[in-house]
Amino acid sequence: MSQTPLLKISNLHVRLEDDPAVEILRGIDLTIMPGEVHSIMGPNGSGKSTLAQVLAGKDDYEITEGSIEFNGEDLDDLGPDERANAGIFLAFQYPVEIPGVSAMQFLKAAVNAKRVFEGKDELNAGALLKHFRAKADQIYVPFEMLKRNVNEGFSGGEKKRFEIFQMAVLDSVLGILDESDSGLDIDALKIVSEGVNSMRDGHRAFLLITHYQRLLDYIVPDQVHVLVKGRIVKSGGKELAMELEENGYAPFGVNEPATV
Amino acid sequence: MTMQSTVEIEAMPEQPQWARELRESARARFDKIGYPSTADERWRFTNVDAITRIEWAADGPTSDDINLDPFQIPDLDAALAVFIDGQLRADLSDLSGLGEGVVCEPLIEALSRTGVADRLGAQSATLTDGFTALNDASFGSGLYIEVQEGFAAHRPIHVLSLATSGDTPIAAHPRNLIVAGKNARVQVIEHYNAVSDEIVNLNNAVTEVFADEDAFVEHYLLERESERGYNISTLFIRQGARSVVHSHTVLLGGAIVRNNVVPTLAGEKAHCLINGLYVAHNEQHLDNQMRVRHAAPNCESRQYYKGIMNDKSRGVFTGRIIVDKAGQGTDAIQTNRNMLLSDDARVNARPQLEIYADDVKCTHGATTGRVDDEAVFYFRSRGLSEEVARAMLIYAFAAEGFDRMQLAPVRRLLAAEMIAKLPRAEGLSIEV
Ligand SMILES: Nc1ncnc2c1ncn2[C@@H]1O[C@H](COP(=O)(O)OP(=O)(O)OP(=O)(O)O)[C@@H](O)[C@H]1O
Ligand SMILES: [Mg+2]
Repeated sequence: MSQTPLLKISNLHVRLEDDPAVEILRGIDLTIMPGEVHSIMGPNGSGKSTLAQVLAGKDDYEITEGSIEFNGEDLDDLGPDERANAGIFLAFQYPVEIPGVSAMQFLKAAVNAKRVFEGKDELNAGALLKHFRAKADQIYVPFEMLKRNVNEGFSGGEKKRFEIFQMAVLDSVLGILDESDSGLDIDALKIVSEGVNSMRDGHRAFLLITHYQRLLDYIVPDQVHVLVKGRIVKSGGKELAMELEENGYAPFGVNEPATV
Repeated sequence: MTMQSTVEIEAMPEQPQWARELRESARARFDKIGYPSTADERWRFTNVDAITRIEWAADGPTSDDINLDPFQIPDLDAALAVFIDGQLRADLSDLSGLGEGVVCEPLIEALSRTGVADRLGAQSATLTDGFTALNDASFGSGLYIEVQEGFAAHRPIHVLSLATSGDTPIAAHPRNLIVAGKNARVQVIEHYNAVSDEIVNLNNAVTEVFADEDAFVEHYLLERESERGYNISTLFIRQGARSVVHSHTVLLGGAIVRNNVVPTLAGEKAHCLINGLYVAHNEQHLDNQMRVRHAAPNCESRQYYKGIMNDKSRGVFTGRIIVDKAGQGTDAIQTNRNMLLSDDARVNARPQLEIYADDVKCTHGATTGRVDDEAVFYFRSRGLSEEVARAMLIYAFAAEGFDRMQLAPVRRLLAAEMIAKLPRAEGLSIEV
């Protein structure tokens, strides 16, 4: 059986657009099949967020070598909005606060942009509200959140939950979660994890960027990758996360205390 | 330099002696000071040669067949006064339904009413400005609005000035006097518009507001002149104790526009909100000059002005706060924020403080920036096109200004018009 990978990253080299001397990603290979959950762990500054942003189409970065395929299609020519509409979702490590735009208005526009992209009719206000309510229930976010401005004044945890909610609303197939567990209290971590698990359907896949093995107790990964200095230095099952928790990154030549 | 629309004092209808004197002394004032030049500090960034070069007429052929529909404010239940090329058109106006205790009539017919002689020109004559002097010398069209003590106007008053004359450049000098008695309440929308963007006209308008103790006045200036037209609008406000006045200004049209807002907080604990938005493109030049005077103790003023500038347009904001010796306990805030959408757009922002009291809280700040790229990426990462993302963010920048307006239909109309003016925002629909 040869299934098409949902995401296939081959020998990816990335440097800063503004400062080409800085190479952040130095040859990444990563394949995610439909339905799989992969986790990337790695010390601060190793390039995890950069990888996530490059996948989402951020143009601060320049790909100097290698390729990214999504559903068998090269992503190179697609802008961030086209990638999103094709099904890629990035839950930001630091979601941006947008005063003046209500979450509701924002998501209505986003859902309909995707429908237009797919050649479907736009949903009317009633249908959208119904959709939002259902997803709010599924992800356990208070519906009232939608009446506020996008991320404005949200607590750290609220921002992370709102990101996951957006992924559910947009029905994306690949969720790249950049430290969605950071800043969550224990209950919120469970709630967010349940939300993510509720989206797992054998087809939808996740790339979880995290510093903590605890998240992986709730969302069990198929594979764990260790990213150090822009390279994946080791891959393994979920027991690799336990190992890291135990020994830190010192075995990979990173002279940092194990407590992050 | 001729301004034919100014005065033929002799030809004016029967008028009280004081009105004649007001005009004559204003004429003398104008003859002395003339049009402002950029040597005048207050006009440093705004060159009005393009205005003074034109041979203006006081009136011209106007059409009877005017469709007002495009200039109405949808869903707004308001009394309506229509001025076509500076002339009141009673047949198109409807000043009914304002309720008891409200006078709303052409200013020219109100000159002999009690209090008018004391008030008309009482504020404007204090400003040594050529355009204001011209208006003082030429006032003829405009409204007298008075709400007597304890009464509230039952609906807002929409004063629509429409430029229609395509062939003859017409200069009008609209003049309104708004008097709110103690505890009275009124909302007035001064609206300048044109039937096409080819029209060359000038509105040199002056409105004087007198808000007595505990009165509430909300004033809107909606400036949507033709992009070849000119607008000089000056709003004088004199506030009694505990009165609340809100001034909202939205500048969208015009080749050169100057918007003066001149409130004097003259009674204790008065509150003044000065809210404005100017949105310019092409080579528009939009100039805002605020002069807020705290002349009584414990008053508050809040100035919030925002500019959105595209193409080669130019914005100017000058905000002067003057706190008299009597203004102890003053609490004054002034902010001016600008968003530049192109490399060639420019803004000059000047905060100016003149403080003679010692117990004063005054803050001011001016910023100029661009659309936040991080925010654009965030929106695009959710599937919105770059154009829509930008338009939403630009709209969001302006939104808080709309939120301060009490009349939702005005808010909606302005938001829609602002969005329509943004580059490539077709895909955007926003609920206000
Ligand atoms: N836009 C940028 N401009 C300058 N430097 C950048 C930029 N993006 C990333 N970097 C640098 O690239 C390196 C990798 O950053 P990245 O944010 O990807 O790390 P990370 O693995 O996500 O770290 P953390 O665990 O702290 O979130 C860092 O040294 C960072 O400073
Ligand atoms: Mg990171």
